[in-house]
Amino acid sequence: MKALHEQSLAELALTLRDKEISAVELAKHFLARGAAHEGLGAYLAVNEEVTLAQAAEADARLAKGDRATLLGVPVAHKDIFVTKDFASTAGSKMLENYRSPFDATVVSRLAAAGMVTLGKLNCDEFAMGSSNENSAYKPVKNPWDTSRIPGGSSGGSAVAVAARLAPAATGTDTGGSIRQPASFCGVTGIKPTYGRASRYGMIAFASSLDQAGPMARSAEDCALMLWAMCGPDPDRDSTSLELLPEDFSKTLGASIECLRIGMPKEFFGEGLAPDVRSAIDGALKEYVKLGAKIVEVSLPRTELAIPVYYIIAPAEASSNLSRFDGVKFGHRAKQYGDLLDMYKKTRAEGFGDEVKRRIMIGTYVLSHGYYDAYYLQAQKIRRMIADDFQNAFKQCDVIAGPVAPTVAWKLGEHGNDPLADYLADIFTLPGSLAGLPGMSIPCGFGAGGMPVGLQLLGNYFAEGKLLNAAHRFQQATDFHLRRPEGF
Amino acid sequence: MSAPKLIQGYEVVIGFETHAQLSTQSKIFSRAPTAFGAEPNTQACPVDLALPGTLPVMNKGAVERAIEFGLAVNSTIAPRSIFARKNYFYPDLPKGYQISQYEIPVVQGGVVEFYLGDEKKSVRLVRAHLEEDAGKSLHEDFVGQSGIDLNRAGTPLLEIVTEPDMRSSDEAVAYAKELHKIVTWIGICDGNMQEGSFRCDANVSVRKPGGPLGTRREIKNLNSFKFMQQAIDFEIRWQIEEIEDGRAIQQATVLFDPDTGETRAMRTKEDAADYRYFPDPDLPPLAIAPEWVERVRSEMAELPRVMAARFVKDYGLPEYDATTLTQSKAMAAYFEEAAKASGQAKLASNWIMGEVSRRINAEGVAIEAARVTASGLARLIQRIADGTISNNAARQVFDVLWSGDGADVDAIIESKGLKQMSDTGALEKIIDEVIAANPDNVAQFKAGKDKAFNALVGQAMKASKGKANPAQVNELLRRKLGA
Repeated sequence: MKALHEQSLAELALTLRDKEISAVELAKHFLARGAAHEGLGAYLAVNEEVTLAQAAEADARLAKGDRATLLGVPVAHKDIFVTKDFASTAGSKMLENYRSPFDATVVSRLAAAGMVTLGKLNCDEFAMGSSNENSAYKPVKNPWDTSRIPGGSSGGSAVAVAARLAPAATGTDTGGSIRQPASFCGVTGIKPTYGRASRYGMIAFASSLDQAGPMARSAEDCALMLWAMCGPDPDRDSTSLELLPEDFSKTLGASIECLRIGMPKEFFGEGLAPDVRSAIDGALKEYVKLGAKIVEVSLPRTELAIPVYYIIAPAEASSNLSRFDGVKFGHRAKQYGDLLDMYKKTRAEGFGDEVKRRIMIGTYVLSHGYYDAYYLQAQKIRRMIADDFQNAFKQCDVIAGPVAPTVAWKLGEHGNDPLADYLADIFTLPGSLAGLPGMSIPCGFGAGGMPVGLQLLGNYFAEGKLLNAAHRFQQATDFHLRRPEGF
Repeated sequence: MSAPKLIQGYEVVIGFETHAQLSTQSKIFSRAPTAFGAEPNTQACPVDLALPGTLPVMNKGAVERAIEFGLAVNSTIAPRSIFARKNYFYPDLPKGYQISQYEIPVVQGGVVEFYLGDEKKSVRLVRAHLEEDAGKSLHEDFVGQSGIDLNRAGTPLLEIVTEPDMRSSDEAVAYAKELHKIVTWIGICDGNMQEGSFRCDANVSVRKPGGPLGTRREIKNLNSFKFMQQAIDFEIRWQIEEIEDGRAIQQATVLFDPDTGETRAMRTKEDAADYRYFPDPDLPPLAIAPEWVERVRSEMAELPRVMAARFVKDYGLPEYDATTLTQSKAMAAYFEEAAKASGQAKLASNWIMGEVSRRINAEGVAIEAARVTASGLARLIQRIADGTISNNAARQVFDVLWSGDGADVDAIIESKGLKQMSDTGALEKIIDEVIAANPDNVAQFKAGKDKAFNALVGQAMKASKGKANPAQVNELLRRKLGA
């Protein structure tokens, strides 16, 4: 038998159904791996009792002949999703030990599908960051080189999958937080069309951008997860779309002969590191071999995506994070004078630097006299960026390019230069602003033997097409099967 | 329109903002109940508490009520309106922002019409928008601490904003009463002012006639019509005195203290917060298709102004009567029943606006509690109309009905002997006797003094013990006196 932590989700489900192993044993296997590699900093919360109880429940369902596709298969959740059974911190001191009275819709959907929760995964505080160094608890180390960052904000999720501490994980993507860590850690991740996954129970960073998605080792695994995670949630999230769950596995394997792949010329300019460029070029050649056609397209406002995103996301965040005021839940300063003092001390103590920076930027751009020049202008350009994509999709079926300009950098390398982090988001931000589905799939290795991800962007609701394109690539290559040494 | 009344040479300018709590079962963005008076924090769900991960979902019932209001006051219902966040920190504001409508409200324009005495007034509306209420801070029950009750958080409100069209406290109160009537009539608000279901803020300024608008001060949370009048009157006098003493009015928010009868500034413009409004990304634009508006319109009860027009047309009532009778649904229904059963609409209107209103006002009860039913009143009116009893006698019957000493109009007439004298022979005899017994009056009448005639009528009525029909007495007397 193939090692349990090397099996795909479908293989694990079959192993369980064939009673080769129980869900409890499977959960124990992954909990043990998590404990053995605690030093990576991937997990923020584990609770063996809860996990094994869920696994026992899955075993009971299996015994009754329940054949739910993911029944008994373990998963770990980014700590941005609230859970009843584990603390939900959003990587922030503000929510240390916070217990939610309800599960996020994504969490409960996966639980209903029979998945067993291994624990909660580290992330940048309130999902703000590209390196996971903004976690208030501990940094996460990249298993390919533990002196490097895993990317962010879903860094814990990417590392858990890459180091085989979990067969799959949930992540969230606001400006690239699934795709970039997936790229840096050599795993597969997909951010669906905005509105496909319910945001209920996702601790909000930027409401108009936040979207949940799976991170796993293959497009095939992501297709299964995405199918189980998504679905309309009209009673809890007004921005969730009325799209019936789609079985993305069904369309895997379709021919990509004559698939038109758009190469946005703005993604291949000066800023792109040569090692990344060469991995991406190699991937595009592979696609040509598979019968796809490469066409050059233009996304002329790519550079503007950075200022636009860093106005809109902080604006929404500054308002979304106002509820953390020490009154009802979360951290409250121990010593304070009057009400204003309580607010100030609570928030000064509870939030980290990056969160404070974004609250300040957001507050500024929404302020009287600045709103029109910043927020309103940014919204206008956001619409133009979305229009640019629609123009590009007249010439191609999917867009391909790098996820990030470089491979994962060293821990502490960007130090006190948040701008360096912001600029590294350039290729993921346009798709986020347009609300489009996007993926990262392992496509090679760059400097220091670090993984490089290929970004695939599709038009609205084209997740099936994206997953198939990724799957076909993975059928022809083995980058997604490579494993960091020692894991 | 008559020229506005001036006070010490100043013209008063008043605009209103009213928060009407909508009568939905559940909150505007969550499914928690809205009932008043529950134990603190028992009617707040995770959404109302702003727990991490919660999101707002629009309550369609609140939207429908806003549409009903818009239709009732001839507004435009925006096909697409936007929810915005009003950001500020306060302990009873769980999310740190209030969801409201800012740039594009659901109800736009409109007019509220009413009578001030005999004069018809109309106040233009700027807008009405949907928003959520905050919770309550409780300072009394805690020593050195404050309690927060979030039961009210997320209660749906419709904020109704007027143009500065009112020119006196009387007009302002009449507007508020009319608005109150509309929202309770169409049933979108229970109108309970004590419980805060209908709260008014009045923007008051004064100016020299023809001059630019003066600086306004906003009197917050007026929760009774009586305080409203007192507060506005005080504010007008205060502002005029300030200006007369050479001090400029500072824009401010003020509170009315019913104990002192004075208004007192809470905060001035300098402390005004920057609310950093922006469209709420959690809520898509509120789209209202024309079909939705039409469906709401078709399900709406007849509006007071439509009903009043019908009363004028169908019952031939003067407009004043029709407007007065449509002050409440119950009164209008009472009138219609009495008018239909008696076939005497104008008489019914007179009696309801007269005797019935006097009684219920004196007892401080609503017309539903009137102790003479509409059918009883109709019977009584029929007996006046067919000449069985006089108006005076009818009042006596009404007294008996009201006191509960009798319920059958005819039986009361019979037992009290109130039937008018219909026997012409008997009446002629009485009149002959009166003429014979009052030669002085007869002589004066013949000399041209009408007063003397009235005295003779009075004598005749007295002699008939009130049972004679005054019109008949008149006629017979004139004939016999050869007038």
